[in-house]
Amino acid sequence: MESEKALKKKKMMHLVMWIILLVLFLYAVMPFLLVIINVFKTKADITTNPLALIGEHGFTLKNFPEAMRKMKFWTVFGNSLIVTICATAITIPVSAMAAFVIVRNGKWKASIILFGLMVASMVIPFQVLMVPLVSVYGGIFNVLNSRLTLILMHVGFSVSMATFMFHGAIHTNIPLELEEAAYIDGCTRWGTFWRIIFPLLKPTIATVAIIDAMAFWNDYLLPSLVLKKKELYTIPIATQAFYGTYSTDIGLVMAALLLAILPILILYVFLQRYIVEGVTSGAVKG
Amino acid sequence: MKRNTMSYKVQQFLIFAGPAALLFTAVVIVPFIYGIYLTFTSWDGVSASKPFVGLANYVGAFADGDYWIAMGRTILYSIFSVILINVFAFLLAYLVTSGVKGQNFFRSGFFIPNLIGGIVLGYIWKFVFNRAYVAVAGAIAGGTVPSPLSTTSGAMFALVTVSVWQYAGYMMLIYVAGFMSVSDALKEAALIDGCTPMQAMMNVTIPLMRASFVQCIFLSITRFYVVYDVNLSLTKGEPFNTSVMAAMHVYNQAFTYKNYGLGQAEAFILFLVCAIVGITQVYVGKKGEVAA
Repeated sequence: MESEKALKKKKMMHLVMWIILLVLFLYAVMPFLLVIINVFKTKADITTNPLALIGEHGFTLKNFPEAMRKMKFWTVFGNSLIVTICATAITIPVSAMAAFVIVRNGKWKASIILFGLMVASMVIPFQVLMVPLVSVYGGIFNVLNSRLTLILMHVGFSVSMATFMFHGAIHTNIPLELEEAAYIDGCTRWGTFWRIIFPLLKPTIATVAIIDAMAFWNDYLLPSLVLKKKELYTIPIATQAFYGTYSTDIGLVMAALLLAILPILILYVFLQRYIVEGVTSGAVKG
Repeated sequence: MKRNTMSYKVQQFLIFAGPAALLFTAVVIVPFIYGIYLTFTSWDGVSASKPFVGLANYVGAFADGDYWIAMGRTILYSIFSVILINVFAFLLAYLVTSGVKGQNFFRSGFFIPNLIGGIVLGYIWKFVFNRAYVAVAGAIAGGTVPSPLSTTSGAMFALVTVSVWQYAGYMMLIYVAGFMSVSDALKEAALIDGCTPMQAMMNVTIPLMRASFVQCIFLSITRFYVVYDVNLSLTKGEPFNTSVMAAMHVYNQAFTYKNYGLGQAEAFILFLVCAIVGITQVYVGKKGEVAA
């Protein structure tokens, strides 16, 4: 009897907790839902009642093509894609290589200095680097307004964190004996790294890829300082510029905002397990 | 074996660490050092000459009232956000690890706000506050209600709300990992020994999750202290520059008013604060390791 009562109480507790979770969940997705219901309304309908599911003038799709054209969506989307993919693809091998030489030669002065500087640099806020960055690469070398510059800068800013994570992974998970066996069999260090070590780093590669790709895709401040030409804009800069010009045309704004979040939401539907795992392990290790 | 020669070491290091070291030096180390030099000049951002002015920029930074007001505002905003985020994140983590139906679905759901960049989030919430909130609050009050973004305390309140909304799901994941790391056997032992579930939580689970708390709190402090994107898109410092935070003030000082030297000196002070926070974290984290 007693245990049945306890069971009932537990069931009741779970129901209460489930309801609290549902309410909080609705709150978490509410802003996105509001954008989604308003994107199919005319400007006048949004102004009269932003909460109505369907406006008086009915369902409309015309906000999308206009916003896409004015935002140059496909160009901007392509720019974001190129920058994110290239920067992530360079960061991973470059930092894994650096971490490898640092872990295996921990007593070399160069290793100690480089790794020490990388770890220490993680407390530097971007604000302290932005003026000199513009001054050096804009004023002295004049290489701003180029995708390549932005990609290499993204890599430069993310290698310290990535090297740190690969350092931990190689240090704890990859036994030295494995490499020694390869050396005895006549493999060079370069070959050993690519054939033996790098494939074993897959979980860390996935984590670094997810964290960095999300950071590059969403970054605003650095791209806005580097890219001043309209045809090079990435999604965050384009959204900002779009809002500045069309903020009164609220229907278009809704469409632009939905377009800005759609790619990453679609990706999340397919990769959510990996993204959640990657971000958690990245945060816990970092 | 040639492995101990200097040239072998240099060659190996350059091959493997060269690319990373080069890019890291080019965008972090060089600008950092050059930035320190810039704080002693009165560069206007255009001319080739950068006149040396000694400590004038630091004197100027200390005398810049708006900067210290922005700094105070940032600290206040950080305190509120950090406390609220950690409370919500802990609560969420507790709820999604308690075994209720669909907890994995909730976990991925709460993480969604984190996927979107600050600029876009800011504009989405601007719509929520300016349109949806005004409509709902107006209907309840039976008249017109101003948007929170148009009042001074409202704008700051809005910034805290958005930050909590954005990061609670992320910090939740760290607390979930913390909850998972505490073994069920320990909790059960406490319950068998006569603890109430609340006592078991306070005396067993929470002390063992110390590392998660340290990490979440410092992670949120360092993020909020230099917040810029959401500040720019949600309030743009308005109304009347009452929601300008430290990072935005530094940006405006340098790029809008073209006081590059002064802006850089103010940014450097921002860095010192971050460095102190970072060192404290390492210290607190280490101390915890010994105690646990």
